[in-house]
Amino acid sequence: MPNDPLFLTRRSFGAGLAAGAGYLALALPVRALTVDQARALVDKAISEVNATIGSGKSESAMFVDFERIFSRYSDVPVIARSALGVAARSASKAQMAAFTDAYQGYVSRKYGRRFREFIGGTIEVTDARPVKSYFEVSSVAYLKGEAPFDLRWHVSDKSGKQLFFNIIIEGVNMLASERTEIGALLDKRGGNIDALIEDLKRI
Amino acid sequence: MQRNVYLPVARRTTLPLVAGLIALSACAPAPVPQDLNDPNEAANREVHAFNKAIDTSLVKPISGVFAGDGEPGLVSRGVANFADNLSEPSRVVNSLLQGNIPDAAQSTLRFAFNSTVGLAGILDPSTALGVEVKDTDFGETLHVWGVGEGAYVELPLAGPSTERDVVGMAVDYVINPVSILLDPPESYVATAAGLASKVGDRGRYSDTVDSILYDSADSYAQARLLYLQNRRYELGQTVGDDNFEDPYAE
Repeated sequence: MPNDPLFLTRRSFGAGLAAGAGYLALALPVRALTVDQARALVDKAISEVNATIGSGKSESAMFVDFERIFSRYSDVPVIARSALGVAARSASKAQMAAFTDAYQGYVSRKYGRRFREFIGGTIEVTDARPVKSYFEVSSVAYLKGEAPFDLRWHVSDKSGKQLFFNIIIEGVNMLASERTEIGALLDKRGGNIDALIEDLKRI
Repeated sequence: MQRNVYLPVARRTTLPLVAGLIALSACAPAPVPQDLNDPNEAANREVHAFNKAIDTSLVKPISGVFAGDGEPGLVSRGVANFADNLSEPSRVVNSLLQGNIPDAAQSTLRFAFNSTVGLAGILDPSTALGVEVKDTDFGETLHVWGVGEGAYVELPLAGPSTERDVVGMAVDYVINPVSILLDPPESYVATAAGLASKVGDRGRYSDTVDSILYDSADSYAQARLLYLQNRRYELGQTVGDDNFEDPYAE
């Protein structure tokens, strides 16, 4: 088992790629290249998470690292908007910006608190392929004392660079789980987005 | 799904129930739904509150005693293996009912090997040799026969399920070769091992269970989502499945 880490890298996927009809002829090789890049992104992200876990830093210092990795390898604005669900449509631009910022820290702490479960574990990337308009990178997680489980990463370059926007663990997808949770938190605050933003900074 | 290739074999079984159900269905697995069907949410939420109270006062403290910290101990591993081995005959039956001969053969091999070399199932040398568990149940059999999942149900003590899987659990209980062949008090050993194994799981996955039950804003909705997504995955969602959402498409 290779000692692969958790998230992905390869930020620079040129905006030039978007260009016109001339690309049709090149479509195949370009697609193949992108599959490799999606895979490389996941590989890189995983290695950074593993490096942080193995660094021996304090928990709060690790949370800072996790937030940096999360913002570097994932499309945070798209994940945050998806988590907010229908409420995102009525939110102002300033509210969306504040929510996205608070949400990024909240997610990093929430999943970061579980880092102990990953100690001594590895994640092996096994496959990458195009699905609809994005890429799916498959991996298998080997955690201590557990049967290996299926972990999939959805990666898109729609933001201008390759970033992951969803993680699926044995069929359970993070976007749906986050939308359920944020929706419940918002309901508890009577739909008040500003109150939610303030509280997310502290949860 | 590939499994269908074997369906003619299932048709040859003598159980009238099988023949009837197969005739009812088109012999094609039910489509895996994406939406959420929970018409009895109010009642389910009451059951959920009850289950959560039982976990808080009973299951969580007991599992904590056995689990201790970190990795599962030898005893809890042995109990889990023993209970799991007793599930193998039921898996053989269900794989056969699904017309899946290779999985039925693999479960048979596991049962024979673990029951002997594995000291009555306390050890699991099969997995160590690469002969992995082929988990299945009558709920999956119904799925393969084309029965849809029905409404979401949260059962007292047993937790999240669906109407189809509730029927599956009941049938599994009746057709389980272990309970048919063993009389009390031996059959109680199987039941006790199953319960102990569940408590062991609660300890092993305590962080995950705690995060769902106690750290989420709406534990009922989170548990429902997790169960349905994971169950649909078990029933054959494949790699490259394009049923997942694409937030860029909006």
